[in-house]
Amino acid sequence: MWRVIRARLKQGHRTIGYPASEPALPDRFRGRPVVDRGKCPAGCHDCADACPTDALDLGRCLFCTECVAACPEGAIRYTTEFRLATNSREDLVVRGDTLRLATALDEKTRRLFGRSLKLRQVSAGGCNGCESDVNVLNTVVFDLGRFGIQFVASPRHADGLLITGPVTENMRLALKNTYDAVPAPKLVIAVGACAIAGGPYIGHPEVHNGAAAVVPVDLHVPGCPPHPLTILDGLLRMLGKLPQRDVSPT
Amino acid sequence: MPDTRPLHHGATVVLDAVPRLEVAHFRQAMTDSVESGARLVSLFGQPLDGEHWSLMGLLAHPSSGQLSIASTHVGGTYPALTPECPQAHWFEREIAEQWGVRPDGHPWLKPVRFTKSPVGVTEFFRVEGDEVHEVAVGPVHAGIIEPGHFRFQCHGERVLHLEISLGYQHRGVERALVGGPDKRTIHYVETLAGDTTIGHVMAYCHAVESLARCDVPLRAQMLRGIALELERLANHTGDLGALANDVGFLPTASYCGRLRGEWLNLTALLCGSRFGRGMVRPGGVAFDLDDARREELLRRLDTATEEVTSAVDLLWSTPSVMARFEETGALSREVCEALGLVGVAARACGLDRDARFEFPSGVFRFFQVPVSTWHSGDVFARARVRWMEVQRSIGFIRTQVQHLADGPIRAVTGALAPESLVASLVEGWRGEICHVAVTDAHGRFARYQVVDPSSHNWSGLAMALRGQPISDFPLCNKSFNLSYCGHDL
Repeated sequence: MWRVIRARLKQGHRTIGYPASEPALPDRFRGRPVVDRGKCPAGCHDCADACPTDALDLGRCLFCTECVAACPEGAIRYTTEFRLATNSREDLVVRGDTLRLATALDEKTRRLFGRSLKLRQVSAGGCNGCESDVNVLNTVVFDLGRFGIQFVASPRHADGLLITGPVTENMRLALKNTYDAVPAPKLVIAVGACAIAGGPYIGHPEVHNGAAAVVPVDLHVPGCPPHPLTILDGLLRMLGKLPQRDVSPT
Repeated sequence: MPDTRPLHHGATVVLDAVPRLEVAHFRQAMTDSVESGARLVSLFGQPLDGEHWSLMGLLAHPSSGQLSIASTHVGGTYPALTPECPQAHWFEREIAEQWGVRPDGHPWLKPVRFTKSPVGVTEFFRVEGDEVHEVAVGPVHAGIIEPGHFRFQCHGERVLHLEISLGYQHRGVERALVGGPDKRTIHYVETLAGDTTIGHVMAYCHAVESLARCDVPLRAQMLRGIALELERLANHTGDLGALANDVGFLPTASYCGRLRGEWLNLTALLCGSRFGRGMVRPGGVAFDLDDARREELLRRLDTATEEVTSAVDLLWSTPSVMARFEETGALSREVCEALGLVGVAARACGLDRDARFEFPSGVFRFFQVPVSTWHSGDVFARARVRWMEVQRSIGFIRTQVQHLADGPIRAVTGALAPESLVASLVEGWRGEICHVAVTDAHGRFARYQVVDPSSHNWSGLAMALRGQPISDFPLCNKSFNLSYCGHDL
C-alpha cells in the first residue's frame, strides 16, 4: 500500500496542457510540409518522381524525406505544424499555402456528440503504427476522457468509427458490418495515410485505398502515423472545442 | 551438416552454390538437422515454370552460429515435412496457399492468409460432447488492436482448444516487394509491422548491404543499435503496463502507458518519428546524434529509467499481481522447442534463443547484450524476461551513446549482386526477424521472404491456452503480444 502511494507521488501529474497551451514537439518532428513554389524550375517534377506514393497530397503523404532530398532547389521543408486534420479529402490536396483545417460539426450534430462522443476503432489492414498512437490518447498524457471522448468495445454503444489501415479486401465486410451496427446518426474518422488513400499500399489489388471506398468519411487525419496530437486536434476541431483556424506556413 | 550448405547469416551466396537435392533427400536433411538441434528458420517456395517450384529450406545451428541451406524442385505435390518436423507446419501451409503445391500428409492444411478464398471460411477444429461449447471472437475486437479471429472450444470455463485464424491484414506486401528495390520498398519494410519499424528495416538493410557489398560505418551501426533497443524499451514497457491492466492493477498500467511514450519520444528526438520512420536507410542511418542531442538523450534516459523502475517494481511486490501472473498460460520447454518458438516466449521457457547472441549482426558483433531467460514458461516468466531486457537495453544504449564512434553515418550502396541469395536475422523486440532476399539476373528481387517472429509464435499462444480458463485469454494474449500485420503481410 505504502509502496503504491510512494510510486504515485514519484510519478506526478503528467497530463499535457494542450489545448490550453502549445505542446512541445521535437525539432526533427515532421509536421506539415511546405513547398516554396517560387523556387521550382519550370517543368521540374523531381519531388513527385521521388515520392513513394506519387503525392503532393497530404492525404497520401508518408511524411518521409524523399521529396526534400530530391528537390534540386531545396524548396521543400517540413515544419513542426502538427495541426493537419480536414473535413474533406480535397482539402488535403496541396494547392496554395493555406490548409483549411476541419470545421465544427453543424449545431444539431454538435448538440448530440459535443459533450459525449463514443467511438469504435476498426483496424482494417493498419500496421499497428496508427493503432498504437490512437491508443496513446487513452494514457494520462492526453487523457481523452477529459474531452468527453471515449473508445467503446461495441459498435452498438458507439456514435461513430475511427478507422485505420487501407481497408484490405479481407476486412472490407467486417468494416461494413461494424459501420452498419453503429446507430445513426454516425461519424467516421479516417486516421493515417492508409485510411485516407491507401498509404504505401495504394493501388494494390489486396486493398481498397482507404475507408472512403466502403463508408462515408467525415474527418481525415493525415500522417504515417499521425502524431497523437494531430489526432486529438482533429477530434477537438470536429467537436467545435477549438477556435476555427486555417494554417499557413511558419 | 552434409547435404546442406553452410551459410553465414548476412552473407551473400550465388544461387548456383545452393545445393539442389532430391525431394526425399531434402526432406531427410531438414528433418534430421532439426532432430539434432537445428531450427527451421524459413522454408519457402518460388515458381520455376508453371508446373514446378523450387523449395528453399534455411536452418539455424545455434551451437556454431551458422545457418545452412538446401533446395529441391517439386511438382504439384511432395511429402510434407510437418509430420516429423512440426516447426515446418506454418511454412508448408504458406507454400500450399501461395503456390498451390500440396504438402502430402500435412495434418492441418488450412489457409494462413486467405489470399485465394473467403477470409475466415475454413473447417475449424471442433470438440463435441456434453457441455462443450464454442466461443468465436473477432475479427473486430473490443480494444484498439488489429483484427484476427479466435475460435475457442470450451468445456465450461476451461479451454480445450484454441484455433487462431488470421489473414485479415493481408495487403500484398511480399508480392509487391518482388521486382524491387524501388522507391516504395523501404516504406513497405517500415510498415511490415509498424511497431517494429527499426527491427524490420535493419533486417532489410543488412540483406541489401550484403548484396551490394556495402560497408556500413561503425557510427551508423551504433545508431541503429540505439534505435533498435529504444524500440524494444517502448514495446516492453507498454507490454508490462498492458499486463498490469489485464489483471486490474491500474497504477503500473497507467504509469507504463505514459512511459512507453517517453521511449517513443526519445526515438523522435533522434529522427523526428516516434516509430523510427526514416531513421535507418541502406548504407547507414539518415539522422546523426550531435553532442547536444546526446546529452539530452542521456538525461532523459536517466529520468525514464528511474520512473520505469518505480512503476514496474510495484508488480513484483504486489501479491495479487503475482498470483495472477504465476502458473497462468504456461508453456513447456519441450513444446517451445518442438514448435520452434522465438523471442521473449522462448526465453521465458529457459531457452537462450536471441539473435543478438546466437547470430549477431551490425553493432551486436562488437557489443554483446546478455541473454535474459526465465524457466517457468508462464505469464510471469514472459513479464520477467521483458523487465530484465528493459534493464539490459538501457545499459546498452547508455554505453553506445557515451562511446559513440566518430565518422560518417552513411555509405553509398551500389547495385545488388545478380542471381544471389542472402538471409538476414535481427532480434526485434518480439523475437527473431528473418528476411531472405533472392535476386534475379538483373539484381532485382525475384523473391523476398519475410518471417516475422509472430509467424512462429502464434501457435505458441494457442498451446498456452490449453486447459486455461477462457477469462485468462486477454492476459495470455498480451503476454505474447504478437503481430497480426507482420504475419499477414
